[in-house]
Amino acid sequence: MAVLVHKQSNIIVQGFTGKEGTFHAGQMIEYGTNVVGGVTPGKGGMEHLGKPVFNTVADAVAKANADTSIIFVPPPFAADAIMEAADAGIKVIICITEGIPVQDMVKVRAYIDTKDCRLVGPNCPGVITPGEAKVGIMPGFVFKKGKVGIISKSGTLTYEAADQVVKAGLGITTAIGIGGDPIIGTTTKDAVELLMNDPETEGIIMIGEIGGTMEADAAHWIKAHGTKPVVGFIAGQTAPAGRTMGHAGAIVGGSEDTAEAKMRIMDECGIHVVHSPADIGDTMAKVLSA
Amino acid sequence: MNLHEYQGKELLKNFGIAVQEGITAENVEDAMAAYKAVTDRTGNEFAVIKAQIHAGGRGKGGGVKVVKGAEKAREAANDIIGMMLKTPQTPGGMEGPGKLVSTILVAEDAYVPDFDSCKEYYMSILTDRGSKCNVIVYSTEGGMDIEAVAEETPHLVHREFIDPMLGLQGFEARKIAFNLGLSGKAFKECTKFVAKLYKAYVSSDASLFEINPLLHTGNDDFVAVDCKVSLDDNALYRHKDLLEMRDTREEDPTEVEAAAVGLNYVQLDGNVGCMVNGAGLAMATMDIIKLSGGDPANFLDVGGTADAARVEQAFRIILRDDKVKAILINIFGGIVRCDRVAQGVIDAYKNMGNINVPIIVRLQGTNADIAKKMIDESGLNVQSATLLKDAAAAVQKVLG
Repeated sequence: MAVLVHKQSNIIVQGFTGKEGTFHAGQMIEYGTNVVGGVTPGKGGMEHLGKPVFNTVADAVAKANADTSIIFVPPPFAADAIMEAADAGIKVIICITEGIPVQDMVKVRAYIDTKDCRLVGPNCPGVITPGEAKVGIMPGFVFKKGKVGIISKSGTLTYEAADQVVKAGLGITTAIGIGGDPIIGTTTKDAVELLMNDPETEGIIMIGEIGGTMEADAAHWIKAHGTKPVVGFIAGQTAPAGRTMGHAGAIVGGSEDTAEAKMRIMDECGIHVVHSPADIGDTMAKVLSA
Repeated sequence: MNLHEYQGKELLKNFGIAVQEGITAENVEDAMAAYKAVTDRTGNEFAVIKAQIHAGGRGKGGGVKVVKGAEKAREAANDIIGMMLKTPQTPGGMEGPGKLVSTILVAEDAYVPDFDSCKEYYMSILTDRGSKCNVIVYSTEGGMDIEAVAEETPHLVHREFIDPMLGLQGFEARKIAFNLGLSGKAFKECTKFVAKLYKAYVSSDASLFEINPLLHTGNDDFVAVDCKVSLDDNALYRHKDLLEMRDTREEDPTEVEAAAVGLNYVQLDGNVGCMVNGAGLAMATMDIIKLSGGDPANFLDVGGTADAARVEQAFRIILRDDKVKAILINIFGGIVRCDRVAQGVIDAYKNMGNINVPIIVRLQGTNADIAKKMIDESGLNVQSATLLKDAAAAVQKVLG
């Protein structure tokens, strides 16, 4: 089963003919992902990487049955691209773009809440279901098929966790990079819920970082509804207050934003919290064999 | 990006918001000219001398003084310009070195002449992550630390969440004015103030506006006496005028230099430097350093293209800090090939000649095996590791 992206997903790339879009779409196609085309306004009718280019997302939906979109559009135009996808009826919208103004995302969130779709990101590495579809910028070879779901705000830390899980002999159902911005589409809790309901996923790895309350919200949900073991890690235990650590959302404002507070809540909610990021894979293996 | 008080006030004035007026000065002569202009306009001898630095709590460290008469104004300006101002928010707090004050604002005393009938409120706007919308926070308890008010008397702090699609509505502004206990002219002026403030917030892509105190004068006018303004860095491309207000003197010079070459660097005060690709992995690497018995000396995200030139820049910046006893490089190669990074480390090491601290390089992902071999055969004082665990153990070992 896995979640969000599958072998049969009909995927389009928004910002298809740009530098980033071209490079990563090429990698996705090489991985075996079912890319059915791309969108670049004004270049409709062309062919790029052997796939059709459309002027609008609506065209791509009508002519190529697109149901999933990945966005590589530059920050000033990315909010517009997300809303265009939502309006055209795309069900899963994955936005890679980093640096979208927060007020744009406030509007986008309100808009997509009125549509029947799911947004992942922005400022995220994307989503991968190993062996089926890579809809993101992650190195595909690190992710091997298996039974653990991964949720993370960070790119390279997701790869790190995936690598440990694979080396522990477990493999991955779907890895979801939710992104490091203050306002994002799919929250930690949303992603946990998806993986809890996926019959193939036997355990979940939840990687958070300082800032916001998403991990605590997810932990409370897990305590009330969880049916599978969850291993959790929060990056930024040594981060000073009031400083943004790379990701726009990674900043300690109040006492609830700290890694310590989040890990305490996660622990109280029955999550297997690891203090070292080196212990993620081994802990999952131990928990699943118990 | 943060603005100085005087810059924030300029922004507010552009939206028709009344502020405590003032003139900036960088030396005592200019301060006295400013004092004369300000007091000529108000017709009284009172003024407020305010240090302009990017930190709150300026009054606590002696950075804000109310003065009466030219003599006292000169004294205050002389004291404040050039001082190292310590506030609870400057680096290290009241025990730290403080921040150099190079600019002051010579402002009118907006409480004169009817000091006794003035009231102080609190009002801020911020973008709330939980509710994913802008929220106006306000209280009748102005002029003090709002965190303390929220702690001790939470029922006195109100919040109004604004629908992103609709923006601020009339009934919301009225609710705010009623909750502040206003009626008549004051009620009307307050709703206007709120509407203008919200418009300014959204139009300037701000991430925080804090007006504390918001003065309700004896004439029932509303005046922003102080303001803290933070802007969304991601939106500055569409606000060139605001971008010009950036004061790099308020930022760490090393961080500014790092940003100019595409490195995301934050100075900390530990003994192990680190260089990592990706913000999340960089924070996790700092955690590993701590768990291995060290303290991270910095946060450093080298980004997606960790080539020799960039690695060398990063080395130079980290090594400038003489507290650094070891460096941990942690790269997870995805699109970035580990052998390229390894070559970067080797080249940078050779170019720089004498690096006296041990270096631990952990390379994982694309071409990690080739990279490890390159490091091991380079003959340099660099230890390689593939697993994160092994890197942690190596850090522990070098720290002894």
